[in-house]
Order: sequence, then structure tokens, then C-alpha cells
Amino acid sequence: MAASNAAPFEQPASFAFDAESEAQIAMIVARYPEGKQASAVIPALYVVQKQMKRTTGSAWVPVKAMDAVGHRLSMAPIRVYEVATFYFMFNMRPVGTYHLQVCTTTPCWLRGSDQITEACRAATGIQGWGETSADGVFTMTEVECIGACVNAPVLQVDDDFYEDMDAEKVNQLLAALRRGERPPVGSMAGRQRAAPEGGPTTLTTLQFAPEA
Amino acid sequence: MPKLTIDGIEVEVANGSTVLQACEAAGIEVPRFCYHDRLSIAGNCRMCLVEIEKTPPKPISSCTYPAAEGMIVHTDTPMVRNGRRGVMEFLLINHPLDCPICDQGGECDLQDQAMGYGMDHSRYEENKRAVKDKNLGPLVKTVMTRCIHCTRCIRFIAEVAGVPDLGATSRGEHMEVGTYVEKALGSELSGNIIDLCPVGALTSKPYAFTARPWELSKVDSIDVFDAVGTNIRIDSRGPEVLRILPRINEDVNEEWLADKGRFALDGLKRRRLDKPWVKEGGKLVAATWAQAFAAIAGKLKALAGDRIGAIAGDLCDAESMTALRDLMVALGSANLDCRQDGARLDGSRRDFYSFNTSIAGIEEADAVLIIGANPRKEAPVLNARIRKTWVNAPIPIGVIGAETDLTYDVTHLGGSPAVLSALHDGSHPFAAVLRNAKKPMIIVGQAALARPDGSAILAAAWRLAAEIGALAADWHGFNVLHTAAARVGAMDLAFLPGAKGKNLDAMMGGGVDVLWLLGADEFDTSRIGANTFVIYQGHHGDAGARRADVILPGAAYTEKHGAYVNTEGRVQHGFRAIDPPGDAREDWRIIRAFSDQIGHKLPYDTIEAVRARMEQINPVFSRVGFLPRFGCTDLSGPAGDPAAISDAPIQPAVANYYQTDPISRSSVTMAACTEAASPTLVAAE
Repeated sequence: MAASNAAPFEQPASFAFDAESEAQIAMIVARYPEGKQASAVIPALYVVQKQMKRTTGSAWVPVKAMDAVGHRLSMAPIRVYEVATFYFMFNMRPVGTYHLQVCTTTPCWLRGSDQITEACRAATGIQGWGETSADGVFTMTEVECIGACVNAPVLQVDDDFYEDMDAEKVNQLLAALRRGERPPVGSMAGRQRAAPEGGPTTLTTLQFAPEA
Repeated sequence: MPKLTIDGIEVEVANGSTVLQACEAAGIEVPRFCYHDRLSIAGNCRMCLVEIEKTPPKPISSCTYPAAEGMIVHTDTPMVRNGRRGVMEFLLINHPLDCPICDQGGECDLQDQAMGYGMDHSRYEENKRAVKDKNLGPLVKTVMTRCIHCTRCIRFIAEVAGVPDLGATSRGEHMEVGTYVEKALGSELSGNIIDLCPVGALTSKPYAFTARPWELSKVDSIDVFDAVGTNIRIDSRGPEVLRILPRINEDVNEEWLADKGRFALDGLKRRRLDKPWVKEGGKLVAATWAQAFAAIAGKLKALAGDRIGAIAGDLCDAESMTALRDLMVALGSANLDCRQDGARLDGSRRDFYSFNTSIAGIEEADAVLIIGANPRKEAPVLNARIRKTWVNAPIPIGVIGAETDLTYDVTHLGGSPAVLSALHDGSHPFAAVLRNAKKPMIIVGQAALARPDGSAILAAAWRLAAEIGALAADWHGFNVLHTAAARVGAMDLAFLPGAKGKNLDAMMGGGVDVLWLLGADEFDTSRIGANTFVIYQGHHGDAGARRADVILPGAAYTEKHGAYVNTEGRVQHGFRAIDPPGDAREDWRIIRAFSDQIGHKLPYDTIEAVRARMEQINPVFSRVGFLPRFGCTDLSGPAGDPAAISDAPIQPAVANYYQTDPISRSSVTMAACTEAASPTLVAAE
């Protein structure tokens, strides 16, 4: 992908599911009819990525892990590689402790995703997409629409959405992350979920007819 | 059977046909890249656009659109022309303009269709994408920047070859076709993806930058590297065979060719015997034909017929075996054998030693039992047919012998043929599977026959076939899978010990005084008696020539007209593409010339006359190319006591697929494949 010019890295020599992953995979596989285990490939890859995060601190999917998924689901390894490389949610190379995913699709872009990107760059020292900061704490990637356009612009950190971002909030967020804190997810502008900023703007005078 | 109208032509096509197939039936060309008759439908190149009335007003990809009753299709309207031009423009956005240095040039679908359906200029000024080339092993060269993502290679490797190594990774502009992790293709049919590739992304590595297609003269022939009898086309330029491609024959190879048949051809230029040699004082010295003949004639003069023997090799054409057999008979010898591996074949009836179901007939089978054969290594194209049958409907397939990956699911019944008795008495669960099948097949391989209890296994297999209903008036489910291209022809010509004749074993260790090896290299030549005078007639300096006292240089299969009988018993003719090197001659002519020297002049001077003689020996030789299907009415089996089977496990007949004969052993390409397939094995040697 875009990261082909990034630093070289080593693939682990082996991969085995730990007990927690095994339990999750067993649950996932059970959702599908016998002989259709291949349907479980995407959730299984998430399990891999989570396990890597737990065990190594970096959420990514090594080749050996894809082989293990293929073996577990009776798929040819290449079929797993195809799925894993297709979706940018799966990291095919090690990432930093925090994976900053900047949405740059039109709504976020119109609402200032360029500033988010710039703020991330300035705060982390990362130059291009897919790169990891020198201290190994942050990796920044560009993602397509992640479906939170109402609260654009959005910065996704690992699995958490931070919405209504601006440069200042990015700095605060990254500083908090560096301190090991996880600020509450959702809108950073204080609105409730996707409700209008500053409180309701419609149906404010709603009155019910008196009950007879 | 929907009827539809295409450009005003009415056609009726089979149910389930697509519009593209209907267009072909109407004789109308529809350009395509991803669609291929023998692969699943992908519908991703969008080149086959047509317009269909009463559908939404947009171009429709004909390869994915089912043909329906009353459909009116137009393939040459402004919308269609515009659509195809647009698709072509998109395809060419990232396709490099390197046709002058591309091996596909001149036989490139993209080139041809860009001329036929594309625009005359490009509007694209931006940079083209570049993709790293993949290393797919010693056979397939890749230039991945040229790839247009038709996915034919991916589908072939996964569906036909059954070795899912290739895939499309990443997406959008970053999509790449490859193995993702670096590995050589693990299929014996990998060369076919070169033919399938509509552009120059996959080309032949050994043939790279060798020739342009219009420089080559093309001759039809038959592949001799296995007993399938794959129909091939030999492309040569001047005195050199440059490449070999498959021809379409639905009954034999469809349109596939195994890698050995395609790539071993560089072995035709190495270690060749190009002049006669005579041993003088323990050392071979170059000689003339007259000297060589005189040396043999001198040796034969004082000998009784039963002290002379002949062994036919695995690559021989039927003509040369006919001539040698006639010569031996004229000399009074009955010591003939063609079974170098010692296979206990029974020549008394043709269906005891041929693949009676026929290769196309495999597709009708509903249960298969494979005894001592590894069709993937011994006959890759035939194995693809078994796999095709299995993919269409997963039939039960049982295997007796070594456990290997045959590219389909099998029930492994055991390594030893002793399990046949359990199948016979019904105590083995697979016996019921075979008995319940309507058209069961039994395939007996050479590994099961080339052992001391081979006759017993053959007889037991036949008895089992009779019991499970594999031998019926309209279905012959007993099959012998051969590994040698010459074997069935030799059996048909009765190139076997005659009355009181010696077989190969009896000829060893001084059993005969003069031994004529016709291209025979596949047995242990050190077993030949020290005082036996050995004549080696053949084309390669291999095991036979090393032991020889006189060497007669013959022609390889590309250098002679020849008849070959495949494992089914199908007689096919190959034609001469180039001349034999140096003083080498067509083999039957050598024997004919020699016969004149010793006063037993054989009665034929032309190949037509030899073939007339072959028909006289066995009428099957008059039926070229065509093989009628037949059942089995006479259930009496081949000689052998089915009870005399030993417990010894069956050893594979082919250890290394890539090197099985003098030509492939001389091939650099095949040596590279051997190393790629088993690096540890080579390192250990």
C-alpha cells in the first residue's frame, strides 16, 4: 500500500492464537453454517490484530497469523492475504502504540481535515501517510469515510472516534494519549452524540395536546 | 433452449448460456480479456459490452448476462463502440507502451483488441503506475506493470490446477496479482497461465526475448513426456525448436499442457547423439554409419536368434518399434520387451493395459479408486480432468498408495495393496461406496504393477472392477494409467517376449549376447551382462548410451514423423518439425537401412509403408486420433492370482516430476524446477 516506502520491518517467525483469541474465534466460527467457515475471515483477522496489540503493543497482522487464520478456517493462505490487504482496517505492517486514522473524505475535508492532518504532523513529527513517529508512539494513516460525517472532521484513534476535531483539540488529545490517558470518545465539542451543536434547534416548542 | 437474435442473426443456445456464448454461436466476435471458456466467469474486464433491447439503456457485459428467450442483442451500435473504447482507454491508462520489448507482441489480445476496438490516441498524460515483478519460479516470467487484472491466472491456478497460490492483493490502484509471499508456483500445469494471460504480464521465462511469433514455423505433434498424448504445436525457427504450446483437443488435453512437455525442450539441444560411435579398445570413438553397421553385423553374424534381444524405451514412436520388432523376428529372436520398469502388464487383451474409460469419460464417473498412481505427477493433464470432475460434483475418490496432495479430496485407504482384499470382501467401508456408484472407475498405476506382485494387483483390481459394476456393456471402468508415451503403442505392437522369449529381467546378466536398446534409459543398465554387446539407438547420451558398444544416433520426437498411442489407446500422429542433428536419422530408417546390410531387408521404404505394416500387426493403428468408447462384455480377467498380494507399501513411480527421461534430464530448465521444488533434496545430494 502507500507505506511501501516506509521503514523495513521483520515478520515474526511464528504465530499461534492465545487462549483468549481461541475462545473468540470459536464463538465467531459458530455463527456460520458448517462448511462456510471462510465467512469468519474478517472477524478472525480482527482477533489477530487485537491479539498482536495485547501481546506486542502493535496492532497488526503478520503473514504467519494470516496463515494461521487460513488453517483455522480451511482457506488457502492467499485467500486470507487477499481479504486482509483489501481492507485498510488491517495493518499489514507494525504500527505505533496509537494508530491515528485521519478521515479525508469530502465532508471531513470540507470541515477542515487538512488542519487535523497538519496538527497531527506537527505534534508527532510524522511526514507522510503510513509512517510511524520516531518514538514509535503514533502511526498516522489516511482513511476513507468512516461514517461519522455529521460530526466531521473525525480522527479515529485505534477503534475510538474523536469527532468535531480542530487543531487545538488534536494537540490536547495527543498530549493526553502520550500521558497514557484515553479521553472520552465522541464529540470533542461537547454535543450529545450527533445532536445539533449548542442544543436542539428544532421541535423546541413541541406541545402535546391535552389528554382528554 | 432460449432463442435470441444477435445483430439480426437468430441463434438457439443451451440453457444457462451467457449472451457472450450466444454471440459466439452466432459467429460474432466479442472482445474479452477476463472471460475464458474453461474458467469461472469473473466479469471484471468490462470489454465484452453489448447492448440488449428492453434492458436499462446502458452497455451490458455479455459474459455475465444470461441469454434469455427473445432477447435482441446488438454488438455494433454507437453505445457499444463507445463503451468498449472507454474500457480500452481505462485499461491502457496504466498499461506500459513497451510492446517493442514485450514477448507477447504479435500474439497479444490487448494489442489486437486495442487496434480493433480502442481509440487511436490516448488522453492520459499522468504518470503510469509501476508494479514490482514477482518471482513465480523458473518457468513463468512476470512483468506485472503490464497486468490488466483480468484474474485468469488466479482462476486457472485455483480452479483447474487446484493449487491456490495466486491471488489479487490490495485494492484499487494498488491491486497486484501475485503470491503475496514469495514462492514458486507449486503446480505441474503452471505454464498454462502464460497462454491464458491476455497481455505480456506472464510470459515464458526460458523463451524470453527469443523470437517473435511470426518468425516461427508451426508443426502439430504429440507430447511424449507422459502417456496422456497431449496435442502440441512445435514452434521452430531454422534448426531449433523454440517453444511448445498445447493444441485444443477436447477428448485428451482440452487446452492444457503439462510443464514438462512445455519447458523440457531445451533438453533437446544438450547431450545429443549426432554421430555414430563404436567402442574400440574399451573407448567409444566416432564412426561412420557404415562402420557402425559393420560392427553390429559382425557381432550378429555368428549368433543364434535367441541370444539377441531388444528393449524399447519410453519415448519411442510406433514406427521405430515396428521396424525393430520386424528385424528381431527376422533374426529369429523373440526376446523383446518394452516394460523397462518391469510393470507386469498383460498384453493378451487391449483393455487389460489401457485407460478404457477414456480421459473425457472421467467426467462421467461417480466414484474413483486409484491404485498405485499419482496422476498429478504421472499425468498432470489427466489429473486436471479428475479434479474437474470432482469440482463439478464432489465424487468419492479412494487412493491406495503413498499419501500425496492430488489437488482434490481423497480417502486414503492405505499404503499397501493388501487393502484390495478388504475391498473385495466388502469389509472395508469404501467397498460400499464403490458398489453404490453407477459408473465407478478404477485406475491402476505403474507403481502398483512394477513390483513382484504386479500381476496379482492387476488381477485383483480387475476382479474388484468386475464386482463393483465397473465393467458393463456401456461403461468400462477399468483403467491402467501409463507413464511412458511409447508403452501402449509397444503393447499394441506386441513388443513383448514372444514364444520362449526372454523378458527384460532374463536378458540382464548375460541372458543375451547382443542387446539392442531403442531409446531405453529407464532401467538399471549395470544389470546388463559384462559380455553383452549393447547397441544403443537413441537421441540422448544418457544411461543407455553410457553402457553402449555401438551408438546409433536417432531422432527425438520433434525430429520425426511418428505415431504415439496414449494411455487410452488413442493413436495420434506427430509431425516432424526440424531435422535431426548431424548424422542422426529417423529411427525406423536406421533399422530399415541396417536390415538391408545383414540381408534381412525390411519390406518398407516409406513411412506410409511402415504404417501399413503397423496396421497389419494391429488394426488399431488405422484409427488415428479417434477413439470410440466401448464397454466390457468379457469379464474374464488378466492372468494373475489376486490372493498373492504382498503387504509391502507401494512406492511412487515418479519421484521427481521434472526429470523422468533423457530429454528432461538434459534440460537446464527442468533442473531449475527440480531445485525450486525441493531445494533441500538437491542440497543433500
